[in-house]
Amino acid sequence: MKIDLIQPFISSLDAVLAEMMNAPITIVDLTMEEEGYRRKGLAAVVGFKGQIEGRLVLDMEPLAAARVASYLSGSEVDPSEPIVPETICELANMVIGNAVTQLNDRGFQFKVLPPSILTEEQCAKTERNSEATVLSFETPAGAVHLNISMRYHARRSGERAPVSVL
Amino acid sequence: MKPFEPLTRKRDAQSVRYLIVDDSVFARKSLAKIVEAFGGEIAGEAGDGCTAITEYERTKPDIVLMDITMPQMEGIEAVERIVQEHPDARVIMVSSVGYQDNILAALQKGARHFVQKPVKPEVLYEVIRCVLSDDNATMSTASQGEISR
Repeated sequence: MKIDLIQPFISSLDAVLAEMMNAPITIVDLTMEEEGYRRKGLAAVVGFKGQIEGRLVLDMEPLAAARVASYLSGSEVDPSEPIVPETICELANMVIGNAVTQLNDRGFQFKVLPPSILTEEQCAKTERNSEATVLSFETPAGAVHLNISMRYHARRSGERAPVSVL
Repeated sequence: MKPFEPLTRKRDAQSVRYLIVDDSVFARKSLAKIVEAFGGEIAGEAGDGCTAITEYERTKPDIVLMDITMPQMEGIEAVERIVQEHPDARVIMVSSVGYQDNILAALQKGARHFVQKPVKPEVLYEVIRCVLSDDNATMSTASQGEISR
């Protein structure tokens, strides 16, 4: 997977979490996975389709999500409250939305699907022979993991197919 | 959140009434908290475009804050239908997807402005003030913050 496709997701997550948690975050690990993603905490999945297709999983420790919900609601939120999974879904939506905006500016066309909570322990692979990038972040409230699986579906707008001259 | 000078309607100096449309309860709560800090009143909420249309009819809000990606009916189609029936409707799109095609489509269907998530309160405040002042409907003289475009 090309790093220039991943970078918008990293910068997007950085910007969204920094804004929503009002604190800096740090990347602590980056790995590639060929198997389906096994969630570590509460996770939301967002699909996208278009010239690049795939899905993003945002996985957070419940305490980290509760902290975001608390910060935005102005009152203490317990990790067991229903607003916590909602928070993760909306954060995932913001992360992918901001990343897609950056990629669109580079000529990639996408459509983002509504987010949903990942209830299974393991997320199925999206495509044959595809691998996922897993980024782990450290925040003041706990660990956050971002799993991105995508593949090219078409050329970017403006690009032309090669023409044989022979 | 820093304090904001309350925005009121020019015609009767009453609070600005908002309809908040987003499929995420979290996003609706977050937006409600922000507009209440502007002195606003929540007239209604909707989780999809279809409900937004019926809630608009029922509540006749001063401002609609409308998400784009939603189940059943997306925000851009809901804007089109609301503005067809109510050409004076003031709809502000609030979405995490802020690329040019989306913004243009929303504006062409009748939205007045676009704010990208995560919403910065000072940006939304200036956008609402700008949209209200389009119709000379606000009496706030606050000038802090910047508009998003």
